[in-house]
Amino acid sequence: MVNPRHIFDEELRNLRADLLRMGTLAREAVDKSIKALINRDTNLAEEVIVGDDIIDKMDLDIEMKCMELIARQQPMARDLRTIGTILKTITDLERIADHAVDIAKIVKILADQPPLKPYIDIPRMCELSLSMLDDALKSFVSEDTELAKKMCERDDLVDALYNQVFRELLTYMMEDPKAVVRALYLIFVARFLERVADHATNVGERVIYMVTGVLKELNV
Amino acid sequence: MKFRERIYIAITALAVVIVVGLLFFIIFDIFKNGIGVISWEFISQPPREGMTKGGIFPALYGTLLRTLLMLIFVVPVGIFTAVYLNEYGRGKRFSKWIRLAINNLASIPSIVFGLFGLGFFVLFLRLGAGLLSAALTVGLLTLPLVVVSTEEALKAVPNSYREAGFALGATKWQVIKMIVLPQALPGILTGAILSVSRGMGEVAPILFTGVAYYLPYLPSSIFDQFMDLGYHIYIMTTQSFNVELTKPIQYGSTLVLLMLTFSLNIVAILIRSKIRRGRIG
Amino acid sequence: MNNIKISVKNLNIYYGNFLALKDITLDIPEKSITAIIGPSGCGKSTFLRALNRMNELLPNVRTEGEVILDGQNIYNDDVDLVSLRRKVGMVFQRPNPFPKSIFENVAFGLRIQGIKNREQIEEIVELSLRRAALWDEVKDKLHKSALELSGGQQQRLCIARALAVQPEVILMDEPASALDPIATLRIEDLMRELKEEYTIVIVTHNMQQAARVSDFTAFFLTDDNRAGMLIEYGRTSEIFTMPKDPRTEGYITGRYG
Repeated sequence: MVNPRHIFDEELRNLRADLLRMGTLAREAVDKSIKALINRDTNLAEEVIVGDDIIDKMDLDIEMKCMELIARQQPMARDLRTIGTILKTITDLERIADHAVDIAKIVKILADQPPLKPYIDIPRMCELSLSMLDDALKSFVSEDTELAKKMCERDDLVDALYNQVFRELLTYMMEDPKAVVRALYLIFVARFLERVADHATNVGERVIYMVTGVLKELNV
Repeated sequence: MKFRERIYIAITALAVVIVVGLLFFIIFDIFKNGIGVISWEFISQPPREGMTKGGIFPALYGTLLRTLLMLIFVVPVGIFTAVYLNEYGRGKRFSKWIRLAINNLASIPSIVFGLFGLGFFVLFLRLGAGLLSAALTVGLLTLPLVVVSTEEALKAVPNSYREAGFALGATKWQVIKMIVLPQALPGILTGAILSVSRGMGEVAPILFTGVAYYLPYLPSSIFDQFMDLGYHIYIMTTQSFNVELTKPIQYGSTLVLLMLTFSLNIVAILIRSKIRRGRIG
Repeated sequence: MNNIKISVKNLNIYYGNFLALKDITLDIPEKSITAIIGPSGCGKSTFLRALNRMNELLPNVRTEGEVILDGQNIYNDDVDLVSLRRKVGMVFQRPNPFPKSIFENVAFGLRIQGIKNREQIEEIVELSLRRAALWDEVKDKLHKSALELSGGQQQRLCIARALAVQPEVILMDEPASALDPIATLRIEDLMRELKEEYTIVIVTHNMQQAARVSDFTAFFLTDDNRAGMLIEYGRTSEIFTMPKDPRTEGYITGRYG
């Protein structure tokens, strides 16, 4: 017997694919913004800023599709949780992309000034945050709650790295008042990356809710 | 209160006992006196010795023949009338008049039919006194039965079938022919059988329209006179020169007639119960 | 928007002196599903039955206005009712298969057209049953009575029966109201498949169903004289997320009357 709701299922699948596409774009934006920072590449930074419009549009687009699916298909149980998860997740992804833009803007400001120091911890933070985002999206696709939980644990590492970067840059500022502006911008960058990890954690929590129906904070 | 209730119960029960008792008494009497008479010879031989001996074959033959003729006339006319009333003329004033006429037809005494048959079929239409005139006259008498039972059967066909037919582009006649009539067939059959068992026993309508006291030969055309079972019983009991002598023949003939009508009624009841249980076909 | 298949213009329908439908003007696009929703007695079914002139089976019905199907007003005097109803098929509220075999039910529409070729009939019967997503369930019992099927199967048989005469439009009068939820979803699924080839108009009191299945939705309501009228008509996605008329909003949010 054919599943009588296969059309709805297909629409839901499409929606999930849209979400994944949006997640990938947000991830690339962050990745590019940090690459631009390291390589002092303002063109790449500009690309990130312009590309954000696509992600913003996807955000609205997916939201409208969700609303229409709710209105027209009356989803229940897991279907309903999936759509709820998508609705919440697109906000997190949109924020992540916004942070990428914020970083890109800082890249453009710092490009005119001499480098403060070689970047060591910030790329590591970026790598860690993005690996969390990757796993969050992966767990969404495979509905893998274990992966989601493990991913969330890494948020502590990101937080630790952020504190380390913060303290390090603080010393730069105390040593040399001319370094204050640059160091402050870098603290912002670190802060944005830390926020990316937080948003990834949110996505993980939603995945667990989607699969199990239990909604709780994984990393306070 | 309770006492009164009992009285009413007793009265109704008594009425039932009277009805059933009478029926059983009649049947028992006829059966007891008639069963010994019935034999193959009784059924297959003509009367002999001034109708005091021998069988009833010509009468049985005449009755069956005139009933068959009646059926050929009454079933198509009855069905088409009912189809008109229920399918084409529904809600029209004209069909109300027809229905009124049919109901009145049913309440006319049968002897009046006999006189009408004499005046109309025998004399006016010059069909002469014979099988055809008699069959048509009896047919008029049973027509209301066929019309009413067919109409009931047509009414029982759900309207949704008709709608489905029309929605597929069927014409009215196609819907009637291919959906309504097949569906109503068992009910129509029941009506036809009941009309046969009713018409078979009627004597008054054939009295002036074709029945003969005695014929030495069988009718060879539909305009010939014929002998008839019911009439045979009648003359045996009233016109015979020796009523006592023919008593066994009277009983035997009555039993044969009774068995014919009873068995037809039973067939009708069986068909009806089968419709109630579920549809045929 | 697809091409217009049926264009209804200023349609009024009277039962005797009672105005049942008032001034309906509505364009139905081809190869799509148009749902008519509204509370009981708002003239939804009357409207549907105006599209294949089934109202005329009832006495004392009078129709004014135009229903233009492929450029021709079906209320013109020269329109042949038989060919109109072949072009515009109908499925009813209660499954109403004939008390015949499954095969004969589907073949009925062909037999009334005088088609005698056995192979041709068998071919169309199979094709129709396949299109109605019923073939696999009944192919081994084609000559059994249609009344032995379940309600949902009977309704799909009625759809197959309608498909056999190769209509272009299929009218459905609350086709799932007598069915259980799963059978209902199967009918809806079938409708979505059928709209690739047919124009479907469905009347339903179940607005969730209209939301699930239709591309366009028309909302009917009665006025103070109990005459049915069209309140709002548009894309289903818009009607159910941002209706323009407050009466539509009231009805679809369950706050009406």
